[in-house]
Amino acid sequence: MIAEDTMEILYERAQEEWDKIENNTLPVVFVGSATCGRAGGALETEEIIKNLLIQNKKYAIFVEVGCLGLCVLEPIIMVQPTEGLPICYGPIRPENAEEFVRRVFIEEGVWEEKLIGVMSTDVYRGLPPISKHPMLELQVRNVLRNCGLIDPENFYHYLAHNGYRGFLKSLNIGTDAVLEEVKKSGLRGRGGAGFPTWKKWSFARDTSADIKYLICNADEGDPGAFMNRSVLEGDPHSVLEGMLIAGYTIGARYGYVYCRAEYPLALRRLEIAIQQMYEHGLLGKNILSSGFSFDITIKKGAGAFVCGEETALITSIEGHRGMPRPRPPFPTNSGLWGKPTVIQNVETLANVTLILQRGADWYVQYGTENSRGTKTFALAGKIKRTGLVEIPLGIPLRKVIFDVGGGILDDKEVKAVQTGGPSGGCIPADMLDLPVDYESLTKAGSIMGSGGMIVLDEDNCMVDIARYFLSFTQAESCGKCTPCRVGTRAMLGILERICAGKGEFADIIRLETLAQTVKQGSLCGLGQTAPNPVLSTLRYFRHEYEEHIKSNECRAFVCGPLISYHIDPERCVGCTMCAKACPVKVISGKRKEAHVIDQETCIRCGQCLRVCPAMYSAVYRRSGSRVRYEPIKERKKKTG
Amino acid sequence: MNSSHSESELVFGIQELFKKHPARRSSIIPLLQEIQEHYGYVSPPAVDAMSEYLGVSASEIYGVASFYTQFKFVPPGKYVIQICQGTACHVRASSIVLEALREELKVEPGHTTSDGLFTLERVACVGCCALAPVMAINGKVYAQMTQDKVREVIKEYRQKEENKTGI
Repeated sequence: MIAEDTMEILYERAQEEWDKIENNTLPVVFVGSATCGRAGGALETEEIIKNLLIQNKKYAIFVEVGCLGLCVLEPIIMVQPTEGLPICYGPIRPENAEEFVRRVFIEEGVWEEKLIGVMSTDVYRGLPPISKHPMLELQVRNVLRNCGLIDPENFYHYLAHNGYRGFLKSLNIGTDAVLEEVKKSGLRGRGGAGFPTWKKWSFARDTSADIKYLICNADEGDPGAFMNRSVLEGDPHSVLEGMLIAGYTIGARYGYVYCRAEYPLALRRLEIAIQQMYEHGLLGKNILSSGFSFDITIKKGAGAFVCGEETALITSIEGHRGMPRPRPPFPTNSGLWGKPTVIQNVETLANVTLILQRGADWYVQYGTENSRGTKTFALAGKIKRTGLVEIPLGIPLRKVIFDVGGGILDDKEVKAVQTGGPSGGCIPADMLDLPVDYESLTKAGSIMGSGGMIVLDEDNCMVDIARYFLSFTQAESCGKCTPCRVGTRAMLGILERICAGKGEFADIIRLETLAQTVKQGSLCGLGQTAPNPVLSTLRYFRHEYEEHIKSNECRAFVCGPLISYHIDPERCVGCTMCAKACPVKVISGKRKEAHVIDQETCIRCGQCLRVCPAMYSAVYRRSGSRVRYEPIKERKKKTG
Repeated sequence: MNSSHSESELVFGIQELFKKHPARRSSIIPLLQEIQEHYGYVSPPAVDAMSEYLGVSASEIYGVASFYTQFKFVPPGKYVIQICQGTACHVRASSIVLEALREELKVEPGHTTSDGLFTLERVACVGCCALAPVMAINGKVYAQMTQDKVREVIKEYRQKEENKTGI
């Protein structure tokens, strides 16, 4: 018999705590203060607002919440008046704080220019509802349901939103039923590979051992991805509840959260949340008199991308260099210290919580046959509305980019969408109708990955993108497998050569051959997928490689050595801006006379183009065979 | 904060840190992190003390420490500037931000300015992709950087230091 009455007392207290906010006698100010809000100046804004309110003898309750995902509008501030529905504003930068206080608190009005929406599903007092905001309309915020709405450091806030009811249900229905529920939900791992969660659990359950472990993989290392950070900063308990459910089902005694050290705020909020769980008897021995004992420890990562790979992560926790080991044996049979270990991504665990709180039948309404549920994506790059979005799996990529993301910055042409980080690939513009699910993305030569989605426009060079990702994987290769260690370096060398205008056609064949060797000869996911960015750009953007090689042309004007800068004597008025900005001082010309760039010694940094006043636009650039390319090495000799 | 510690002080402080972690191999990384947090870097006497405490050879500890990019073996500057090289920052031209920092500080990534004020570092991703390109100074994130903004921020820090020494 589990001690449900203890929990009921907690729920009552939680409701009281939340009622203070719902039935407020003072206005409540919610400040979006996750890392992205802070970068936008949220804490400074909050400070100024507080001071101004005191000066004006106005009082309000302040609640620091996580991220609503509308990063482009940060800092976001939501005000719940004593009467009526909460209204969301953004961006309220520190310099807007004074006007904000005046309009919203002193004049008690609505600041329409900064209005995002009212917290409702319908138009309210003539104000648009936030759910109809173009960025949110298509989204289904399940995993992110609490992010930006509750105080992540307040245990009762989470409880008041059905917190730990999924775990309670698990204790009541027993482990077999939990496994069945997860199986029915069709949940697949959100870390990238998409392995069915229930299968992983049942492997570990069926292995007999005196002790088993559960690890939450929060080592979100993909450059360009921040989904897990937002969940951990905005709603850490939802992940920890998932850990309890998973730990209970597989029979684990200890849990670890392996989190990047680069996420200090996420780490702090995890620490606070775990502390609260111990205080309220949700961790430790014999939890709620159920006979289930579980402890959670945080392990800080130390900056190694490869540690996101499960066997490398295990060796890292054990105190070794984070190198992967061959599988089998799989961690579910022999993992941490040789014991059965289940490793799940942050988002997977948050989904587990949802499935148990609301049931598999509810869960399966989202997504497709083989890809159930929703998925969070970090939408970034050349897109108007950057941010963290959650969409049902299976909707076309085009909708994500144009409806949710609002299209391309400065209305330029989209060239490709990069998914899956360094292990993924680029999906070209003409394939944007592709549905976002595990199988479709894999078939297109990319992967779902953990959820990074970077939009590239006509100003991005695809050869440079491939080079960028390879330089990342090459630096992060742990060095254990020779094909990965040496192969990625060789591939990077070739790409650098092509970007410098020294490539030859045989290089493309060399890249393809090497890619196969690296894929086949590497133990872990890092090596097996490292060539993906190269292969997918070769598949869809081969012409760009060929242009670089054949005519030394970089159509996106990214590859420095293939670009030359010139000054149009007709337009130049001799303002000397470019000459002053030139770092190597190779622009000559008298004041008020047309200037000239010395092509022999120019280092092609593009500084002159950036500083030339728009009214003159005298500096222009060229790329292609007409550019006289001279190796940088010789230039250095000349300038001494 | 770093060079002012004499060797005996350092070892004394370290014994205090050790108490928090059991003497077993899996404590290597947490201990290295504690040491770096307190002293700014991992020094040879610190590794020796760790080796004695854990019963793991110093070369093993260096082996682990050098694998992870987090650990530094030389004292960093007062302000550590991390320039994000994540994908989102890369496609929004973080390279020209790095260029401005290089020019302004006259150091290469991985090095510290001669006055000991700034260390320039490249990091894979600070997770603020939506505000790219970004840089972080001692953990404070600066969003949507341009070359001019970089110069301004650096100037602010320099001025702050001058004011301090002026008093």
